[in-house]
Amino acid sequence: MIVGRSIIIVAVAVTLVAPALAQEHSHEDTSSPAKNRWSFAGPFGKFDRGQLQRGFKVYREVCSVCHGLKLIAFRNLADPGGLGFIAAQAQAVAAEYKIQDGPNDQGEMFERPGRLADYFPPPFPNDQAARARYNAVPPDLSVIAKARGIERGFPYWVFDLITQYQEQGPDYVTALLQGYEANPPAGFTLPPGSFYNKYYPAHAIVMPPPLSDQRVEYTDGSPMTVEQYAKDISAFLMWAAEPHLDQRKRVGMQVFIFLVIFAGLLYFTKKKVWHQVDLHPEELRARPPAEYPSA
Amino acid sequence: MVHLNMNGHPSYQPKNAFMQWLERRLPIAGLVYSAFIVYPTPRNLNYWWTFGGILTFMLAVQIVTGVVLAMHYMPHVDHAFDSVEHIMRDVNYGWLLRYLHANGGSMFFLAAYIHMFRGMYYGSYKEPREVLWILGVILLLLMIVTGFMGYVLPWGQMSYWAATVITNLFSAIPLVGESVVTWLWGGYAVGNPTLNRFYALHYLLPFVIAAVVVLHVWALHVAGQNNPDGIEPQTEDDTVAFTPYATIKDAFLMMVFCILFAWFVFYVPNFLGHPDNYIPANPAVTPMHIVPEWYYLPFYAILRAIPNKLLGVVALVASIFVLTLLPWLDTSKVRSARYRPLYRQFFWVFVVVCIGLGWLGSKPPEGNYVLFARIFTIYYFAFFFVILPVLGKVEKTKLLPKSISQAVLREGMPIGTPAPPPAGMHRA
Repeated sequence: MIVGRSIIIVAVAVTLVAPALAQEHSHEDTSSPAKNRWSFAGPFGKFDRGQLQRGFKVYREVCSVCHGLKLIAFRNLADPGGLGFIAAQAQAVAAEYKIQDGPNDQGEMFERPGRLADYFPPPFPNDQAARARYNAVPPDLSVIAKARGIERGFPYWVFDLITQYQEQGPDYVTALLQGYEANPPAGFTLPPGSFYNKYYPAHAIVMPPPLSDQRVEYTDGSPMTVEQYAKDISAFLMWAAEPHLDQRKRVGMQVFIFLVIFAGLLYFTKKKVWHQVDLHPEELRARPPAEYPSA
Repeated sequence: MVHLNMNGHPSYQPKNAFMQWLERRLPIAGLVYSAFIVYPTPRNLNYWWTFGGILTFMLAVQIVTGVVLAMHYMPHVDHAFDSVEHIMRDVNYGWLLRYLHANGGSMFFLAAYIHMFRGMYYGSYKEPREVLWILGVILLLLMIVTGFMGYVLPWGQMSYWAATVITNLFSAIPLVGESVVTWLWGGYAVGNPTLNRFYALHYLLPFVIAAVVVLHVWALHVAGQNNPDGIEPQTEDDTVAFTPYATIKDAFLMMVFCILFAWFVFYVPNFLGHPDNYIPANPAVTPMHIVPEWYYLPFYAILRAIPNKLLGVVALVASIFVLTLLPWLDTSKVRSARYRPLYRQFFWVFVVVCIGLGWLGSKPPEGNYVLFARIFTIYYFAFFFVILPVLGKVEKTKLLPKSISQAVLREGMPIGTPAPPPAGMHRA
């Protein structure tokens, strides 16, 4: 028994010490993106329409110069749980874009104004064109908010699971957009044509700092700062990556309430059914058969 | 009466005229009646015994959601990623189907691992349940293959690179390794033929799993369930009817399990996935760390703990196949860890080691991570090949109760108190 206990104690000790010892060897970066308060976080989370509309404005006026949004159609702007545009507004946005269509009866491609069913057109005809211009291919932003994350590690991921922290992507994008530093730290050699960003892996990012204060005009009184822009575009990109988030959380709560009540009912039914079995067999036999539940 | 009748199984006697007609031609209702209604289950089963039912439920969830997803998915390198996004955006409740299916895989493995650890703790693999256990190991193997192929289908970066890394393991086979890999890929790199065959097999294998589940349940009904005390039921005082007793207990825990499942699906659906899998597959860019799904991490850690590629693959395969030998490696006559004080300690260390290997599998193979992975791998194999055979010979086990009903009655008393005389305990 004592031998056995000590085996367990040693094993648990080894398991607890192992991470500490192992981590001495890994040179992880210290600057980790901060957690923001998002309207869409948590079990009752919902997108903030105003924020999505501001973020969309930032996308259109800044990001869209280089970054595509190919999985989003103009009709999506009027989808419930999103930006809250009416169909006419979405139509008006679509009409501002030139969409290549064709071939026509003469066998030629032609351009026409966008319709609701069209998708956001790509900023470059192909990757080579992008690389020729910027020496890099700017990634499409349709699912970027889910394609980026923050390495959390043990034990933080356990708390993340309990607190439902699923906003690593937007937090990373927000931090990245504000993470530029004009002067890289001493000893860091920045490759030509790149910029220092403390949150970007390996820190040398080809994208120049895209945002500056007052760059995008807000008409709803929100501060026109890089910080606000960064948050708004991140929220918009989260919507682009997960357009049914509102519905998912709403249905989730209904499912949860159902499951908890149903599980509770099953628990008490189980208790009732098993009540007889949990008795001593002698006690069982002492009762008149009429009292037994019929199997 | 709660227990079975004195004359054994009551047979199915349909009152309905149609059911009588059917029963003479196809006794399917009688089969259900004897297998799921009056089937005697040990009365001392605890909640760890509900995971078999949960696994059956999860298999059904995966097949139902998977079939619908297959109606919208396109197994082509140019369309796979976008078709998954199409499901997420434009298919009615497509996001729900996909998140149920993706997280369902994780829940399936979670339940399977609990089910297996339960079997190991209570010695459910011992005579006469060896075949039942081996069928279970075959199911695990099929699940591993099916899950891996499913993970490749969204054709994100992790899909592509996981497929590349895992199929490349076959290149370790001497002489024919390279040819085998080319044959598996259907080309000279992971590409469209690979995705197509993975899709075909990912659709096929769940039905093979379902067939083996039938054999597994059949074997279970022949040998009967083991139980926490590891002694066979002797009289009807030791058992209760499957319905309503096991059914209601299974239903309750299944609902609790669904609450956990729903937590993932509705609130943290991407928690168990890797962000890189939302980046379309790109053969030109290798991700910084290629990490498999969490349920493969212990095996992945064993693979990487061995410096030689071929031996690493051998260890990986051995870590699963050793389970088939378990009924013979464990030499103890006593089944349940309740009555095996030493085995119990080694068992829990084994559980900690498996979880530790899982954690190490998620870390880069460098420095002390490798050292600990090696120590844990040694324990993993030593548990089967050294500890279990030796323990059976040297361990002083506790006194077994005379019967299950006696064990139930003695609960709360110190183990080892002399058993009350069996006279009068059971109806003769």
